[in-house]
Amino acid sequence: MSTASHAAAPPARPVMEPVPVQIRSVVKETHDTFTLTVAPPPGDPVSAFEPGQFSMLYVFGVGELPISISGDPAVRESLTYTVRSVGQVTYQLVTRRPGDYIGIRGPFGTSWPLKEARGKSVLIVAGGIGLAPLRPAIYSILRHRGDYNRLVILYGSRSPRDLLYRKEFAAWGLLPDTQALCTVDYGGVSWRGYVGVVTTLFRHVRMQPQETVAMICGPEIMMRYAARELEARGLPPAQIYLSMERNMKCGAGFCGHCQLGPYFVCKHGPVFAYPEIKPYLDLYEL
Amino acid sequence: MRRKSYRLDATGLAALIGRLHEQGYAVYGPRVDDDALHWRRIRSVEDLPRGWTQELAPARARLVPDSSGGLFHHWTCAEGLKAMLHLPLVRVMAARRENGAFRILHNPPPAAKCAFFGARPCDLAALAILDRVLLGDRYVDDIYRARRENAFLVAVHCTESAPTCFCASLGTGPRARSGFDIALAEFAEAGEPEYFAEAGSPAGIDLLEACGAQPAPPEMARQVEQACTRAAGAQKRSVNAHAAPALIDALFESPHWDRVARRCLACGNCTMVCPTCFCVNYEDRNSLDGQEAERWRLWDSCFSQSFTYIHGGSVRTSLKSRYRQWLSHKLARWQAQFGTPGCTGCGRCIVWCPVGIDITQEFQELQAAAAAAAPPRE
Amino acid sequence: MAPAEIRNALASHPFLEGLPEKYLDLLSKLAFEVSFGQDEIIFREGDPSSLFYLILSGKVALEIASPGRHVIIQTLEAGDELGWSSLLENTSKQFRARCLEPVRALAFDGARVVALCEQDHEFGYHIMRRALGLVAERLRATRIQVLDVYSPKGVRAQ
Repeated sequence: MSTASHAAAPPARPVMEPVPVQIRSVVKETHDTFTLTVAPPPGDPVSAFEPGQFSMLYVFGVGELPISISGDPAVRESLTYTVRSVGQVTYQLVTRRPGDYIGIRGPFGTSWPLKEARGKSVLIVAGGIGLAPLRPAIYSILRHRGDYNRLVILYGSRSPRDLLYRKEFAAWGLLPDTQALCTVDYGGVSWRGYVGVVTTLFRHVRMQPQETVAMICGPEIMMRYAARELEARGLPPAQIYLSMERNMKCGAGFCGHCQLGPYFVCKHGPVFAYPEIKPYLDLYEL
Repeated sequence: MRRKSYRLDATGLAALIGRLHEQGYAVYGPRVDDDALHWRRIRSVEDLPRGWTQELAPARARLVPDSSGGLFHHWTCAEGLKAMLHLPLVRVMAARRENGAFRILHNPPPAAKCAFFGARPCDLAALAILDRVLLGDRYVDDIYRARRENAFLVAVHCTESAPTCFCASLGTGPRARSGFDIALAEFAEAGEPEYFAEAGSPAGIDLLEACGAQPAPPEMARQVEQACTRAAGAQKRSVNAHAAPALIDALFESPHWDRVARRCLACGNCTMVCPTCFCVNYEDRNSLDGQEAERWRLWDSCFSQSFTYIHGGSVRTSLKSRYRQWLSHKLARWQAQFGTPGCTGCGRCIVWCPVGIDITQEFQELQAAAAAAAPPRE
Repeated sequence: MAPAEIRNALASHPFLEGLPEKYLDLLSKLAFEVSFGQDEIIFREGDPSSLFYLILSGKVALEIASPGRHVIIQTLEAGDELGWSSLLENTSKQFRARCLEPVRALAFDGARVVALCEQDHEFGYHIMRRALGLVAERLRATRIQVLDVYSPKGVRAQ
């Protein structure tokens, strides 16, 4: 019954069983967003992830949520998550202190097309908290910089105070063959950067559309506009990738909540090639 | 491979149940409880619903007296075997605080040996579908697996169809073809019932032979085949699942969904009684002192608004979108996901819908809408 | 800027892309170069709309303020247009335009452009079609902006 690609032996640990991990640090990124670093047991499969994948984070007695991994995939002794406090579980996560324990399961889901992008330029388009799941891809590209052509990172956010990883972002922009531009929906009096939707930054991008792979993560409306605009600018749709969000309760395809048309976002996604997901993106209440 | 088939008298049938008990099985069968048939523990043949049959229609399920003398002169239990194997409520994890950290308490799934006596072909088809979903994909549901591996299945072919049955159109019945240890057909016309019994596994052969079953005469097998063919032919309802994927894509925005939504109560009954609906949610429970925490898994329904909640709102807020999701998933998307439709044609959703929404009728109306919208052929 | 330079700058500005040569000639006669230093105000809220600008370099913030609240709603730069309301009659500026960087632009008297449009409707069609495209683009951007997509409490009907 099982397909060949899934014929691997079942994991030793039941998929629904979290691994307790100790929190090393909790860093405040913005007024509502924090980055947690945890220490998984050495060599545990829970820490071997590909950029774009997520873990299920469990707060003892409170609940569990899917959170994208936002750290460097080459660093195996720790796992990093950037969490925005928008509900009960996320609030509990960001108010943990170093030394506290949380549970993690995973990693789950598909990853960014870093192999497919080799030899090409990479255009990263991030919106809001969507920069977090893209950061491991950026780390991976920077670590293997010779494998890729230009790297362009475009980042849209609500306002200057919502910008994540500000120092790091500025440093990326200073690297050779790398552009890092950000824009906000609303600027303040001291803001000298761009104000406007993230697609308005496309005109600053200098790259060959045919030789570019785009990786997009952000609110769905922003991703739809960005993908359409990139297609109009000559990027082959098969070279555009998006990371989708739906209600994921288990990460393993059991709970059924994250279905999007024929897909379970937890196992067929979250990263999809644009042609796979395009027929379903514009269907209301799918 | 030709299956071994046997003839079994009423004493032999009673012995089957006894032997299963001796082998350590908790034996379940259709049993009258709360004015309906449910999967319940049975001690002997006496617990089976002799003297009762069912009246099944949209929004209607009644037990009515029956004079056939048969033990299986009825169709399906209110719930599928899902209720027995993919449990409605089960603990998936427990943890205890320890020295500032917490420890996961190993929580081995109960591995009770259960025998199901009187499963219908559509019940078996539903298990095959659940097997594909819960065991045949990337991750394996350990709780289901432990119960499934310990299940002994005694099926009963349907030699008559209920008005709500449409298994023939989906190829899942009325005759069971696989997925059983033993499959029975009941002959209750002349006094004491008699049984045609097919063995579907070595354990089935051993059990039948230990109960004094004799090789079945060929005409008995022919009679069963004929009765099942007649039962298939008598089904008035049908669903053409092959047509479903293209139909659902074409009619995603059809006003038809709004019409169904005016009747649908979003009660979720259809998803609860559906033998293949597998969706679950997880809940946290804590001890009062906060030292112990558990996660429980419970059946969930795509008819609830919270089902698709992502921070700030739900994806499917309108009722029509939730009914559309259910029907689309059952008949169309399931095929892309798991290679089969998610419907067995058991008719439970029709029977237990409080307003009698009929999936076969809805589907046919969609087909009619598509035909009306299609450009005329040359 | 010499007249030839102005004409080249107009020809290569995205707003006028594909405009027939004779109309570029016509506009060249109306255009004059302007420049503003950093933090200089190009126009204020309530100013009568008179000039229409095609930005050649630098960055302009369109902004609005009330006590305790100061919001930049859009930034404009090389290739963008500023002050399209001057192509309508009897309007005034709704926002303030402030230079975030030194700005060079070509300016037109909106009333004179409109007068030319009235005289030669084919020219008017070219200009108005471009103006419509520009307004549509601004409207689209504004609609996405008001959706407040990055906020967990973004705009919802319920």
